Amino acid sequence: MNPWRNIWTIAKRELGAYFTSPVAYVFIVIFLLLCGFFTFFVGGFFERGEASLGQPFFDWHPWFYLFLVPAVGMRLWADERRVGTLELLLTMPVTPWQAIFGKFLASWLFLGLALLFTFPVVLTANYLGHPDNGVIFAAYVGSWLMAGAYLAISCITSAITRSQVVSFILSLVVCLFLILAGYPPVINFLEQFASGGWVDMITSFSVMTHFGGFQKGVLDSRDILFFLSVIGFSLFTTSVILRTYRAG
Amino acid sequence: MIKVENLTKFFGAKHAVDGVSFAVERGEVLGFLGPNGAGKSTTMRMITGFILPTGGTVTVGGFDMQEQPIPAKRLIGYLPENAPAYTDMTVHGFLSFAAEIRGLQGEARKKAVAHVVETCFLGSVLHQSVDTLSKGYRHRTCFAQSIIHDPDILVLDEPTDGLDPNQKHEIRTLIRNMGQKKAIIFSTHILEEVDAACTRAIIIDRGKIVANGTPAELRQKSEFAGAVTLRVKGVASSAVSAKLYQVPLVKRVSVVDDRDGHVTVRVFPKGSANGELARAIGEAAHGWQIELLQSEEGRLDDVFRSITMPDTAKEVAQ
Ligand SMILES: Nc1ncnc2c1ncn2[C@@H]1O[C@H](COP(=O)(O)OP(=O)(O)OP(=O)(O)O)[C@@H](O)[C@H]1O
Ligand SMILES: [Mg+2]
Repeated sequence: MNPWRNIWTIAKRELGAYFTSPVAYVFIVIFLLLCGFFTFFVGGFFERGEASLGQPFFDWHPWFYLFLVPAVGMRLWADERRVGTLELLLTMPVTPWQAIFGKFLASWLFLGLALLFTFPVVLTANYLGHPDNGVIFAAYVGSWLMAGAYLAISCITSAITRSQVVSFILSLVVCLFLILAGYPPVINFLEQFASGGWVDMITSFSVMTHFGGFQKGVLDSRDILFFLSVIGFSLFTTSVILRTYRAG
Repeated sequence: MIKVENLTKFFGAKHAVDGVSFAVERGEVLGFLGPNGAGKSTTMRMITGFILPTGGTVTVGGFDMQEQPIPAKRLIGYLPENAPAYTDMTVHGFLSFAAEIRGLQGEARKKAVAHVVETCFLGSVLHQSVDTLSKGYRHRTCFAQSIIHDPDILVLDEPTDGLDPNQKHEIRTLIRNMGQKKAIIFSTHILEEVDAACTRAIIIDRGKIVANGTPAELRQKSEFAGAVTLRVKGVASSAVSAKLYQVPLVKRVSVVDDRDGHVTVRVFPKGSANGELARAIGEAAHGWQIELLQSEEGRLDDVFRSITMPDTAKEVAQ
C-alpha cells in the first residue's frame, strides 16, 4: 500500500487530536501574544523607524521555540506509551518509520500554522513602510525549519519516557544547548579557552548560526541541509529508541 | 494460519515466555489460560509484532512476523490488554481512523464502521469522546477496532474483561461464530468461556505450555473426572462409607458434607468405570433416601488449579 497514505492517515489523526484538546488554541494564543509583545514593545519595532522584521521579530523565535516546541512535542510518544495506544499503532500495518514521520509531520504542520498566524506583523510592516518581503519570506522558511529541528529533538525525548514532564525538560535542555552554542556572549566566553577551530565547530551545531542566514534573506543550501539533517537524524534516533523499547 | 515456534522472551533476566510452540488453523478458537504473570499477554504481543521475541519465530498466514511484518499485520485484528484507545477522539473518529489505516476508504470505510458499531452495540456512544466512556464501552470500542477490517486472524487479550453479563454473552457468541471462518486466539481468566467459545485450550504457566487440548480432553485431566457424587438423607456418614466400600468398583469414598442429616460423598472409581460406577452405587444405595446421584465430568477450574497450583505452592515455599 502507498506509504504516503499511511503517513497522511496518521498525521491527520494527530492534527485532529491537537484541535480537540485545548493544547492547540493555548499554544497559538501564547505564541501570538509573545510575538506581538516582543516585536512591538521589547524589540522596539516602532522606534527603529525602519520596516525591517529581521531583529525585532525573528530574533526572538529561537527563544520562543525553546519553550513552546517541547510543549507541543512532549506528548507525541510519551502519551502514546502511557495510554497504551503505542501497542495499537505498532500492530497496525504501518512501518514504525511511517508512524514516526506521520506524527512528526502533523506537529510540524501545526507549528507552521501557528507561524502563519503571525501574518499581521508582516502586514503592519508593509503598512508602515517598504520591507523586503523576500527577506521576510526567507526568514519564515528558516523559522519553520528551526521549529522542525526542535520538534524532532522533542520526538526523541518524548520516545524515551512515558512522562510528558520529563520529556519537556529534556528537550528544553537539548534545545537550549543548540541555541547557546551560537549565542554571541557564549561564543565570546568560549574564545577565551578554545582555539578558533573548536569554537567554529561548536557554533556550527547551533541553530542561531544557521538561522542567521535566513534572517538576512539568504536561502543557503548548507543551512537548509543543517536543519533537515537534524530532523532526519532525530527521527532516526526516535526509531531506534522505539525499537529498543519493543525489544523489551 | 498462526504458527508459533519455540517462542522465547526475556525481560532482562526474567524468563517471561519459555519455548512456546503451537499452531492455530482457520476454524479454530484457541483459549489461552494461565495464572497472572504466566506470559499470556507477552506471547500475544509477540504474535502481533508489538514486542520482538528474544528467540523463536511467529508465522502468520505464511508471513514471518519479523521478516515481513506489514503483510502479516494486515491479516491480524488485535485487542490489546486493557483495551487502549485514543482518548482525544470520539468513538466514531477512532473507528474511522482504524478503518482508514487498515486501507478501507470511502463507502467501504463507512460500511465497515457502521457494521462494527452495530455488532458491538456502540450506537449510543458514537459521538462521545473515548475519554469519557465507561470501561465496558471503551473495551467494546477497542474490540470493534480489532474486527473492523474483517481479519482472518484475531488475537484478543481478555476480550470480555470489564463487560456486563449480557455483553459477555454477546461477545462469546460473536467469537464462537466468527471462529468458524477465522483463526482466533483469546486469553481469559473465566473458565466458562473456554466451554462457551473455544475449540481448544492451552494452559500456560510461568512461560511454558503445561496443557493443550480440547475442553473435553482437559476436563478428563481433572481428578474428579469419572467420580460420582451422592447425597442421601437420614443415614450416618460412616454407614454410607462402609456400604459403598463394599462395591467392587469403588476405590475411595470421601465425605464432602455432613449436615442436618444430609450426607454428601464423592466416590472415586478404580480405573475408568464411568457409567458403571453410578449404576453400582445406585444399587448399593437401595433403600436410602437419595437426593442426588451424579457422575462428574470434571471441571476446568479443578484442572486449572491442579496444574498451576503445585508450582505456585513450591514458589511460596522457596
Ligand atoms: N515490559 C516488561 N518489562 C519487564 N517485565 C515484563 C514486561 N512485560 C511483562 N513482564 C513480565 O513478564 C511476565 C509475564 O507477563 P504477562 O503480562 O505476559 O502475563 P499475563 O499472563 O498476561 O498475566 P495476566 O493474567 O495478569 O494478564 C510477568 O512476570 C511480567 O511482570
Ligand atoms: Mg495479560
